[in-house]
Amino acid sequence: MSIDQSTAAKVAKLARIKVEEDALPALASEFNTILGFIEQLNEVDVDGVEPMVSVTPMRLKRREDVVTDGNQQDKVLANAPDAREGFFAVPKVVE
Amino acid sequence: MSELNTLGLGEARDLLRKGEATSVELTEACLKAIEDAGALNAFVHKTPELAMERAAAADTRLKAGDAPAMCGLPVGIKDLFCTKGVESQAASAILDGFKPEYESTVSQQLADAGAVMLGKLNMDEFAMGSSNETSTYGNVVNPWRRGNDDAPLTPGGSSGGSASAVAADLCLAATGTDTGGSIRQPAAFTGITGIKPTYGRCSRWGIIAFASSLDQAGPMTKSVRDAAIMLEAMCGHDPKDSTSADLAVPNFEAMLTGDIKGKKIGIPKEYRMEGMPGEIEQLWADGAAMLKDAGAEIVDISLPHTKYALPAYYVIAPAEASSNLARYDGVRYGQRASLAQGDGITEMYEKTRAEGFGPEVQRRVMIGTYVLSAGFYDAYYNRARRVRTLIKKDFEDVFAQGVDAILTPATPSAAFGLGEMTDADPVQMYLNDVFTVTVNLAGLPGISVPAGVDKQGLPLGLQLIGRPWEEGDLLNTAYALESAAGFVAKAGKWW
Repeated sequence: MSIDQSTAAKVAKLARIKVEEDALPALASEFNTILGFIEQLNEVDVDGVEPMVSVTPMRLKRREDVVTDGNQQDKVLANAPDAREGFFAVPKVVE
Repeated sequence: MSELNTLGLGEARDLLRKGEATSVELTEACLKAIEDAGALNAFVHKTPELAMERAAAADTRLKAGDAPAMCGLPVGIKDLFCTKGVESQAASAILDGFKPEYESTVSQQLADAGAVMLGKLNMDEFAMGSSNETSTYGNVVNPWRRGNDDAPLTPGGSSGGSASAVAADLCLAATGTDTGGSIRQPAAFTGITGIKPTYGRCSRWGIIAFASSLDQAGPMTKSVRDAAIMLEAMCGHDPKDSTSADLAVPNFEAMLTGDIKGKKIGIPKEYRMEGMPGEIEQLWADGAAMLKDAGAEIVDISLPHTKYALPAYYVIAPAEASSNLARYDGVRYGQRASLAQGDGITEMYEKTRAEGFGPEVQRRVMIGTYVLSAGFYDAYYNRARRVRTLIKKDFEDVFAQGVDAILTPATPSAAFGLGEMTDADPVQMYLNDVFTVTVNLAGLPGISVPAGVDKQGLPLGLQLIGRPWEEGDLLNTAYALESAAGFVAKAGKWW
């Protein structure tokens, strides 16, 4: 499978990374190198093999469904690039 | 007495307890060594005041006879660990200025055990790299050089700052993390010991995530004994990490008897790679002979799916990374790109991530996005997870045959020059992890032990892979190998 420039642009869009038009050919070519390497996996017979979900066979722990944390708005916002009036601030989303 | 900063954890601990040195003296010696080692670029955020405060507190506890296991021992912490009030940015520009409001479980446990944090250590950006050349702080330099050649070499990656700092005696030991070999490969490149424990041994809480099903923390130290001491302090169940194992942590140091009589050590034929340097092949054979002399039984084994480990890793790790790194959106922490008039939220995301992530991180996030996208999920991601099941089964089969540990080379070469791989395609760099990545995919413990030097005088490491949860037994086999190999070489100080 070969990735063309428009697929590379689509992937960049999905990943929310701005890639300039003139950088697309090089990006597509790198993707093809890596995917070519990955394609070796097609040689493996995986019929009837379950995809791994957890590397250690253990049941994840459960806990009581109760509030264990909270009331630390200032700490949550402390590292925000733009926080106002107790909220994260972002560019206008809704017209 | 030799310089205090050159001591290992075990030796320093004993001196402190005998009252022959203080933690303040030890910490001052390390801080001085760090000041003099700017050329290595290992420590990127130094915390001397915090360190001196903790050292003084440790001395008080030592005097009172109330000293926990690592009381007063100065260590470095990889920048991937969140440390409260101290910059923690995974060597990425996107987290520039990020000071967590909380402490990672592992670094908290080390502090509770009395360890003194000297500062944060350089690494590859988001732990993605094998040469420490993707860091926003710049390259880390290996203290080792090829003979009299002063060309700077890579310390390996991603825990390159940790490796360089321990090898150059800037600290007694350091934390690392290992997703595909990021503890073991740099340990091998710098002549130190590094262990990645079984997946679930160390809590991942507060460690900036790369690939959650593969990431594990571990110690990077000057000896196997030190690795045992520090691993014990780092391990343990943590309710804040749902994959953390609720198992008792043994006294690993007490298990170092050096007696490996009757242990079965497997030599996997698939690790004999084409084009492997003769010196590494020889080192591997020598290692097997040493273990045999110590009373172990050496058996040939087969791990038939080894060849597919790297390609499976380069689907699974980027897939998980693309999901984990979605949180860096310029809203909650770190940097936001400056926006043009009329830019909306999508432009904010795209510009922030383009500016904040380096090329290797962008590449992996996009590969991960692609293999998870509609239409390719089954062909790539699910197939890779099926192959991962087979890779794990390879190991289960040999352990079922009674094999106690597996001996392999740690890396396919000695440390290479910084910049030497710049023009190679990304896959060439990925091959560095060919011997280590299987262990992450199977969730097993693996340790790299320095075992010799090549013609140019550079250190080479051997890897031992153990059964799940049997780090104590693995450390003991590594201890026997260390004793037999008698590796004592140190990098000559040029910095």
